Amino acid sequence: MQMHFEYSVEGGNFSQAGLTSSQVKKTLKQLNVNGAVIKRTVVALYEAEVNIVAHAYGGTILVDIDEEKIVIELRDEGPGIEDIGKTMEIGYSTATPEVREMGFGAGMGLSNMNNNSDLLEITSEVGKGTCVKIINHFKDDNNGNK
Amino acid sequence: MGTSDKPHFHHAIKFREDICIGCSHCMNVCPTEAIRVAHGKALMHPNRCVDCGECYRVCPVGAIIVEQDDFEEIYKYKNRVALIPAVFTGQFPDSVAPGQILSAVYELGFTHVFEVEEGVDFLSGQFNNYLKQHRDVKPLISPFCPAIVRLIQVKFPTLANNIILLKAPIDITALRARKTLSESGLLPEETGIFYVTPCPAKIVAVKNPVGEEKSVIDGVINMNFLYNKVYKILRHKKDLKEVEGAVPLSQGAVCWSLTNGEASHMKQGRSLAIDEINNVIEFLEKVENEEVDGINFLELRACDESCAGGILCPGNRFLTADKLRKRVPGNLRGAVKKDTGTKNEMNAFLKDNMKLEQVIPRSIMKLDDNLAEAMIKMKRIYELNRMLPQVDCGICGSPSCKSLSEDIVKNEASLKQCIFVQRVMEQNEQLDSSDSVNIMREIWSDKKLDRNILKDGINDIN
Repeated sequence: MQMHFEYSVEGGNFSQAGLTSSQVKKTLKQLNVNGAVIKRTVVALYEAEVNIVAHAYGGTILVDIDEEKIVIELRDEGPGIEDIGKTMEIGYSTATPEVREMGFGAGMGLSNMNNNSDLLEITSEVGKGTCVKIINHFKDDNNGNK
Repeated sequence: MGTSDKPHFHHAIKFREDICIGCSHCMNVCPTEAIRVAHGKALMHPNRCVDCGECYRVCPVGAIIVEQDDFEEIYKYKNRVALIPAVFTGQFPDSVAPGQILSAVYELGFTHVFEVEEGVDFLSGQFNNYLKQHRDVKPLISPFCPAIVRLIQVKFPTLANNIILLKAPIDITALRARKTLSESGLLPEETGIFYVTPCPAKIVAVKNPVGEEKSVIDGVINMNFLYNKVYKILRHKKDLKEVEGAVPLSQGAVCWSLTNGEASHMKQGRSLAIDEINNVIEFLEKVENEEVDGINFLELRACDESCAGGILCPGNRFLTADKLRKRVPGNLRGAVKKDTGTKNEMNAFLKDNMKLEQVIPRSIMKLDDNLAEAMIKMKRIYELNRMLPQVDCGICGSPSCKSLSEDIVKNEASLKQCIFVQRVMEQNEQLDSSDSVNIMREIWSDKKLDRNILKDGINDIN
């Protein structure tokens, strides 16, 4: 059994950030997925979704669910990331002081995503865009707890 | 009732089939989509209902009632204790002193009267300690409103662990009353404690508590019922003497059950108060998505203006809230001598007895316990929902197109119940027009179709 969902994200529209997370959360609740897994997934997805809104012109979120896991792919059209390794460091941020003052850009985003996903893969091409892949397993026993 | 594996849940809200006209107003406002219409009557899905009372507010014929214990029950006990919430004193005209209200309650046959909020000052300290000890959980959610606790159990199962596991003021005051009476030599088995409730959710909290085995309260009296009895006495005895309450209430205690009553007392970080159940649902969606950051304490109430807006309160909620805010602190001040020795002992006793057990979620969201089954059902729901018009007219007997899709998958409804689907099927000659009328009869009863349409001269209509 496989289910596929697609959502689009508008760059710069902060008021709509979180809409996809909300939809995915509802789906997982209906599927009776373990609450802790739902929480992890939604936290990771929300971070990633906000990243598209904050940094890219727009993007698509593809969600695939089967009996074992959820696979989320966030593809955006945007500036891309130069040094992915560096973005994983806690506190690293490209955000301007103004953005930081608004409460964003603390440099916690990617590490937060990493902590809340079983697998996090980021590929990027500078000047084109970024693709973030998040995989979470529904059963806690196989690397569900990080 | 009372066993640990309850398939259904006790409800104080009851639908009177003999009065219900099947208008579906209740179905359309139910925040948990717990109501359907079949055979011309509203039906409640017991596992979804959280006893918030929104249906009661909109019923045009009074077919929704709130069960209560027979008032005569109080006479089964030698010592008859009434627990009166402060909102009750806010129901009467300004000319009536709170002390006169209490006096009238005694005249009705009670031997002891306590104000529910007597336990508040103690509880507020305990809440702050709890917040201090549980800083890792954010936000902590107040257990005060039983409709909200149940809403979280059914609709926000992942937030069940955020509920503060301490009892409400009513339980604290009941515990205190029971102990005080038994220490003064009255036999516990001869003491009956009755709570005057502003809403059905509080009744359910007594009859079928969450997080505790059995309530310390013996019976419940609906506020509108007591209001009528008290009002009658007040009208006939204009010079009724004021009695004094047992414990002086602080301003904070008087306003505890109003919006911001709890939140304003929490001194640990940021607190927020939200009232009205749809507002609460909107906010909890955000909390569940972790979109809300930095809030330590959430006060959530199902009714607009909190308990002043309880469906059993006869007065206007805004006037009641205003009256309580203006009530002079210690108006019911009694001349009790404060003995710190017994006070400390009492507080230690309350501390030992105020903890709730874990709140266990019972999701109504899940389509099936088995993930694979749930996925099959979800796929089917999506397919069905795509065929429906998204008008949410309710003619099918379900509150929305989405909920009809869910009901079909649960084998509780059929696609033909949709009036749009019927029309298309008729056009394709898959359905006879008499079939569609029969389907409508099944949902809305013969009465609705015949009385309104045939008898009132359908021939005159073009």
